[in-house]
Amino acid sequence: MKSVETEIRFKLNGREVCLKVPVTMKTLTMLRDKFDLTGTKYVCGEGECGACTIRIDGETVNSCLMYAVDCDGRELVTIEGLRTPHGLHPMQQAFVDHGAIQCGFCMPGMIMQADYLVENNPTLTREEAQRGLEGNLCRCTGYTKVLDAVEALVETKKCCGRC
Amino acid sequence: MEQNATISPIAKTTLIGQRVKKPDAPDKATGKTRYINDMVLPQMLIGKVLFAGRAHARIVSIDTSAAEKLPGVYAVLTGKDAAGLKFGFVRDNVALKDKVRCEHDEIAAVAAETQDIALRALELIKVEYEDLPGVFTPEAGAIEGAPLVHENFAGNKSLYFEFKHGDLKAAEADSDFVVDTVFRPHHVTHCCMGTSCAIADFDHNGKLTIWTQTQYPYNYKMDLAPALGINPGDIRVIQPPIGGAFGSKLDVYPYEPIAALLARKTGRPVKVIYSREEEFKASPTRQAAVIHMRTGCNRDGGLTFRSADVLLDNGAYTSWGPTIPVIMMRTISGHYRVPVVDFKAQAIYTNNPYAGSFRGYGNVQTTYATAQQMDMLADMVDMDPLEFHLKNSQISGEVTPQKSFLRECALVECLEMAATACDYSRKRKEFAAQRDKPGRYKKGIGLASSIHNAGGAKIHKSDGIGTILKMDDYARVTVLSGASEIGQGIDAVITLIVAEELGVPLEHVTLVNNDSDIAPWDVGVHASRTTFIAGNGTRRAAQKAKAQILHAAETMLGEPAENMDLRGGSVVRAYDGTPLIKLDRLLRQMHFQAEPELVMVTDYYEPKSEPEGAKHISDHSAAYSHAVHIAEITVDTLTGEIKVDKVTVAQDVGRVINRMGLEGQIEGGIAMGLGYALSENMRLEDGMLTNPCFRDYKLITAPEMPPLDMHFIESNCAEGPYGAKGISELPTIVIAPAIANALYNATGVRIFNPPMSPEKVARAIFDARQSRNQGGSNAHEASVLRMA
Repeated sequence: MKSVETEIRFKLNGREVCLKVPVTMKTLTMLRDKFDLTGTKYVCGEGECGACTIRIDGETVNSCLMYAVDCDGRELVTIEGLRTPHGLHPMQQAFVDHGAIQCGFCMPGMIMQADYLVENNPTLTREEAQRGLEGNLCRCTGYTKVLDAVEALVETKKCCGRC
Repeated sequence: MEQNATISPIAKTTLIGQRVKKPDAPDKATGKTRYINDMVLPQMLIGKVLFAGRAHARIVSIDTSAAEKLPGVYAVLTGKDAAGLKFGFVRDNVALKDKVRCEHDEIAAVAAETQDIALRALELIKVEYEDLPGVFTPEAGAIEGAPLVHENFAGNKSLYFEFKHGDLKAAEADSDFVVDTVFRPHHVTHCCMGTSCAIADFDHNGKLTIWTQTQYPYNYKMDLAPALGINPGDIRVIQPPIGGAFGSKLDVYPYEPIAALLARKTGRPVKVIYSREEEFKASPTRQAAVIHMRTGCNRDGGLTFRSADVLLDNGAYTSWGPTIPVIMMRTISGHYRVPVVDFKAQAIYTNNPYAGSFRGYGNVQTTYATAQQMDMLADMVDMDPLEFHLKNSQISGEVTPQKSFLRECALVECLEMAATACDYSRKRKEFAAQRDKPGRYKKGIGLASSIHNAGGAKIHKSDGIGTILKMDDYARVTVLSGASEIGQGIDAVITLIVAEELGVPLEHVTLVNNDSDIAPWDVGVHASRTTFIAGNGTRRAAQKAKAQILHAAETMLGEPAENMDLRGGSVVRAYDGTPLIKLDRLLRQMHFQAEPELVMVTDYYEPKSEPEGAKHISDHSAAYSHAVHIAEITVDTLTGEIKVDKVTVAQDVGRVINRMGLEGQIEGGIAMGLGYALSENMRLEDGMLTNPCFRDYKLITAPEMPPLDMHFIESNCAEGPYGAKGISELPTIVIAPAIANALYNATGVRIFNPPMSPEKVARAIFDARQSRNQGGSNAHEASVLRMA
């Protein structure tokens, strides 16, 4: 039963961390059980639903599929790390304002993916957002308000010109 | 008074119909919300369940000795630990089984320090089974001499329902046209994003606290108690935030008493949580059924009768699923003006996963049938379906054969609004004309509607709700309400109503509705009832508080109470909005005076509806509502793939309360209905689920979600809060037959056994072409009988 452990160091939501993890542990389990970062959700455990989406070195990954040891030396951002010192991240705020959140269980993953899409494509269209969020399942909203939120945020960013 | 003299008047504004944010949304958006799945209690153990993994078997022996010896294991339970503790709608279920009746039957359970240890312990439990022949369709179960799922239920017969009105034989004989179809709605499941989870803990007085996802906390106590052999009064139900419910949490399922039995055995809190695969296998289903439906009409398009002979796939145990005929028959008898009705439904035990309640509650299956037969009959009498629907539409004041009183009926308005908005009649003709012309892609448009209860459904002795409202010295309001929040947004509705009535900011209202020891009784979240029932309860409580406040203000200020109002956190003069005193100041003065008083009011609201009754002839809901969906689709006739291009929705919502929440419910409901229509399907092979994952059980994703053109008809329901009706099930009910009718418009084929998956559609198109080439008829034509 005793599993082999490895020490890893990485940056988590802006802070350096160091811990020992079993080599079989998934990143999702590490975040939830070792760091109590329960915003990242388990929904399917096999990369089909996107609820465990986090950023690693800027890219989005399904943390349920990635081994924790592979986080060594990298930079992770979870939904908890998206929040700014001034309050909600603009994407989080857009989801709140547009009624995109019902039960909300899938939303941390959805917001992480939406933020990634907009960051990499400031002129993201609604159709592009639809395709980009294909891997994030939601059972409550029908995605409409999620897309409204993303579309509105892209519009705001276009207006202020600072982004 | 003096310091308010310079404050400008506060005009009367309203929040009703505005867009109000869900109060819990910021914490959910930032990951701060602790769902039940995230909860960890001190000393908590993890419980895991050993499932049978076979559909029907006798348990020859079970050996748990190795599991018990595993370090870190605190308890191993088997059937003998739950013997005699029967629970369920007809007391046919038990938390841990002594016989296997379906794949997910719970055979043993383990509580251990960690999930890994618990899983390892399950592997060490040795069970010897003797497999038995099973029944896997309701037809097979109903055959004489079929293997019995329960020895004490002869003929595998579970619940039976019937309703008859008028002379069926005469009506059939008088009909110019009759459609006769066998529909086979399939098994689907809720797929809540948060998997099933319960945490149980007993105190040393024997009182159980259970953290659960339930959506009916008060009757839940009554249903859970027999599974544990305790008094319902000794159960405290706490409802942390959950990842969806959709009807799936409207019963007690074995994992909940299992958590409690493990907690009782170990003396520690125990959490049972499912993996996604377990969730797929062990969750309730929307019941599969065989619906033999006949509908007749005259040459002028007037409906003459509707009959339905239904066999329901009960599954292995009787949950709330087999009670869906209560709603099915309301559709059979009330979906358009049907003078003669004949309905019977027999639920048959099978060795399949068992059916629970699911958003739409029988109406999804029924409307798939009724709405297609309406379309088929319109075709037969050569009428535009819109015209056919309008001809048979009820209007306000009509009463259905079951005595559903349609006080405010906006069906005609819904039909006209939707059809006009998308130019239905023109497009339908145009697409039909293209049907037999060459071309791989065919466009179609289809109209469907339905009726559903929109003011609760009095299937219990009471359909009421308790509300307690109190205010503190700072004019902050706390509402203790029985209404559960399962993601649907009753938190926003209650907050909005309190703010509306008491003139306080939305953010000054706190809702406490997640603890059965604190909040008063409510039936639960079902039957599209919560906005209606809890909305009324909240409004009544707030109005009582307002009356108390204005009465106190009258005493203090000398202004007659009826001349004052509460606005913007102040008591104002109603006619010109002049602020008279700040509300918090008034409350403190009320509190700290010679004869002190606090604002704390109670209310129990009971809707004006009648108990369902054994004969099912009663006005069982305080309101009824209609919705019309018109789906526009493109069919790839080569692959059979249906792309939904647009859906036009017109729904009688009574009155819009929270516009944002209303839209969200309709959008989400339609997405769920689209999955039912197009892709979701529990593939069962001899009772074993072969696709327990999202890869093979396909939910609707963002790119498949069509644009919606939504129109809200405000019929202003006299009994509803501000005129509102319940809204959340109709969107899931109506969309599938709208697509089915569009498929017919596009291709001339019909699918009577959903989902309308590409392989089925392609096959139907292929068969229709073959049949046409050979001079035969297709499924649609075959089910239409021209009477002599």
